[in-house]
Amino acid sequence: MHTSSTAVAENHAHDNPALLHHFSTEAQQRNAASLGMWVFLAQEVMFFGGMFCAYLVYRFKYPADFAAASKSIAILPGAVNTAVLICSSLTVVLAVRAAQLGKRKALVAWLLLTIFLGLVFLGIKGYEYHDKYVEHHIPGPSFHFDGDLIDHPGVPASQAHTQMYFSLYFAMTGMHALHMIIGVGIFAYLAWMAWRGKYGAEYYTPIENSGLYWHFVDIVWIYLFPLIYLIDRHK
Amino acid sequence: MANHFPNEAEATHDHISSVGSSVAIWLILLVFTGLTVGAAFIDLGPLNTVVALTIATIKATLVVLFFMHVKYTNEKLVPLVIVSAIFFLFLLLGLSMGDYATRVWR
Amino acid sequence: MATAAVVSGERESYLNAKYGLKSWLLTVDHKRIALLYLISITFFFFIGGFFALLIRLELLTPAGDLVQADVYNKLFTMHGLVMIFFFLIPAVPAVLGNFLIPLMIGAKDLAFPRINLLSWYLYMVGGTLMIYTILAGGVDTGWTFYTPLSTEFLNTNVISAALAAFVAGFSSILTGLNFIVTIHRMRAPGMTWNRLPLFVWAHYATSIIQILGTPVVAIAIVLVALERLLHLGIFNPALGGDPLLFQHLFWFYSHPAVYIMILPGMGIVSEIVCCFSRKRIFGYKAMALAVLGIAVIGFLVWAHHMFVAGISLYAALVFSLLTYFVGVPSAIKVFNWTATMYKGSITYQTPMLYAFAFIGLFTIGGLTGLFLASLGIDVHVTDTYFVVAHFHYVMVGGMVVAYLAGMHFWWPKISGRMYPEGWGKLAALLVFVGFNLTFFPQFVLGYMGMPRRYHAYPPEFQILNVLSTAGATILAVGYLLPMVYFLWSLRYGAIAPANPWGAAGLEWQTTSPPPEFNFENQPVVTWEAYNYDEIPEPEEVPVAH
Repeated sequence: MHTSSTAVAENHAHDNPALLHHFSTEAQQRNAASLGMWVFLAQEVMFFGGMFCAYLVYRFKYPADFAAASKSIAILPGAVNTAVLICSSLTVVLAVRAAQLGKRKALVAWLLLTIFLGLVFLGIKGYEYHDKYVEHHIPGPSFHFDGDLIDHPGVPASQAHTQMYFSLYFAMTGMHALHMIIGVGIFAYLAWMAWRGKYGAEYYTPIENSGLYWHFVDIVWIYLFPLIYLIDRHK
Repeated sequence: MANHFPNEAEATHDHISSVGSSVAIWLILLVFTGLTVGAAFIDLGPLNTVVALTIATIKATLVVLFFMHVKYTNEKLVPLVIVSAIFFLFLLLGLSMGDYATRVWR
Repeated sequence: MATAAVVSGERESYLNAKYGLKSWLLTVDHKRIALLYLISITFFFFIGGFFALLIRLELLTPAGDLVQADVYNKLFTMHGLVMIFFFLIPAVPAVLGNFLIPLMIGAKDLAFPRINLLSWYLYMVGGTLMIYTILAGGVDTGWTFYTPLSTEFLNTNVISAALAAFVAGFSSILTGLNFIVTIHRMRAPGMTWNRLPLFVWAHYATSIIQILGTPVVAIAIVLVALERLLHLGIFNPALGGDPLLFQHLFWFYSHPAVYIMILPGMGIVSEIVCCFSRKRIFGYKAMALAVLGIAVIGFLVWAHHMFVAGISLYAALVFSLLTYFVGVPSAIKVFNWTATMYKGSITYQTPMLYAFAFIGLFTIGGLTGLFLASLGIDVHVTDTYFVVAHFHYVMVGGMVVAYLAGMHFWWPKISGRMYPEGWGKLAALLVFVGFNLTFFPQFVLGYMGMPRRYHAYPPEFQILNVLSTAGATILAVGYLLPMVYFLWSLRYGAIAPANPWGAAGLEWQTTSPPPEFNFENQPVVTWEAYNYDEIPEPEEVPVAH
């Protein structure tokens, strides 16, 4: 028959101020938050995926023009930025570790370092965008691409198709940068909260889940870098 | 048994990364970044793209397994979420390209 | 377990636990959020219906005499946008799903109550943008926003409409996220996956689609907005772009979106068919797998909306074949509902009448979908009223009917009152007759060649159009009646007991309406789903005075 049992011994768990009322145990709350972030990241995969689809289609249609356009972008800032993001993923990992071990000052330090690296990335990106502006590679009325097809010197690359490359370049790196800015903002808030002692071994869920978000943004860049900067460099 | 919430047995036991292993993964990621830049300058024909994407996938896998702690979860749900997302992404890319690759314009 | 009806003064429940506007607008109680959605969704339903009314008025006569072509384009665009993004997609999950899922699994709330409230606010922001779009003169691209028409050649409010859909899309994503985490993490002890009500399974499958599909249309909309603002050329053939790329990205979501709309309705029908046949569902596992199957296969068929748009013949063949496959799990569900009713002890209250209507009308809609999957037929009937009739059969004859079924079935739980059964049956009859009279003629019209999205047509099509408009007015009355009697019942309806239908499910084990935290004590589940062999018939519910 249907009987409701009396309450499971969960009352003492509610002494923890971080435990929200609708959860029965801290483990349940932590597991829910973690799964929530992973499901959100799955959604983000599809969000960026739409732009990767557009990129794939046009690179397939206009490989020579895409190669010419890619070649016009300096590799060094892109490679440095890749390294910067990888370093920031490390600092995030160490921040989570510090939180798990209850080391408040270390946690704040690693979070601030992550923010700093994120800002470095954005700064380098800004410098790259400025380069594009100066070279008239920003899509729109002032767009003009000066360059030949790599396999056919003397044959200029198509204005329309190189503009397509740069439209996708700005859309994809811009969307990525937007996600970085949001991430930096989140970490700034967490650093402040961490300074006030909100996180420790018994509760560090926001640090962990924000870390997952940051690693995801890093992974997007890991794919963007070769697709944007490294087309046909050997030619 | 009846009084336990259904999923607590599968709960993630939170793994604390060691500094050593984190730094090791970080170094490997940087090495692969250098590799992918270097490989871009070697003529491998159509394989250039394959190599680049393979290296990117290795890097991404390392980040997911180690930095995002997926290697240390005991329940299968998170890997399932990741695989599902990748599967559906491939559906989008694959079936769309299936159209573009088979168009024969006269 | 029958409980005597409690005829007392005001009972403590989620409705009166707190008072004041702030306690509603800043609530995190999933039941209150469901009611917030109910009000806003009903509002948008009638706005979409108003546009439908104007469309049907124009189509009474062959000449384009009520409105000009430009205005007519706006009418069907707004009708589609409002109905799809602000009614069909959110309605069942955000109203019934929000209200019932925690109750059905024995939880106190969803996993993320504040995100639930954020979902509603996002919906309202999107809705406001939609209202702004309407008031600013509307948009006339068709709800499908095809490029380059939407990016290069129209001067109407494309960006605000696109933005409205974008924001509503994120509301939908967050709802799906909430449901997935809730169903995984918040089930009561003993509530295993095999004991979940099929309503919950259906919402789980729906949520998968919301998470994985919506972001793709979101990015498509972002690209359209960027292209319109900056003249980028991503979808513009003159600049090397491909309009079909937009269609691929758009339909990758918008086809699975129709399963977002219908799967929750199927969940509702499963609950109702079991209750009013006093029987366990036939083939529980198959039903659960079928909703998952529909969700997954639904992602494989999108280009069947593009057969005549210019995709390769080979792609068309593949998508045509895949589209046939998606009919299989739906058919399994129809067979299993029928088998459930076989040798059941059937009663014909209003929810069951709607459930019967659903099964019949959805089957017709689904079968005509198979007609469309066939390339040869599709070339003939694409962009005709055949397509319009097909999707209205599944969306209106299916989803709206299921929504009404669910609203009637769970109204006692939500409000603590019984609706008047006689009026319920009358409204159901009017909806059924009105619906068929509106849309069946459209199959014939389409097959005979009347194109969609035209405000004028050849005179030989008039009689069928007149029948269709007549049906629409009957349908409108059928929709207005529940509005009236549900509101009436809040004051004068019979007080509902905890389980007026004698139904299985945890939501019926708590009071009608439920207390703020759903259950007095944490439920522990030791029985299988749909244990109708153990549940006695319901007592006679006192009639309203």
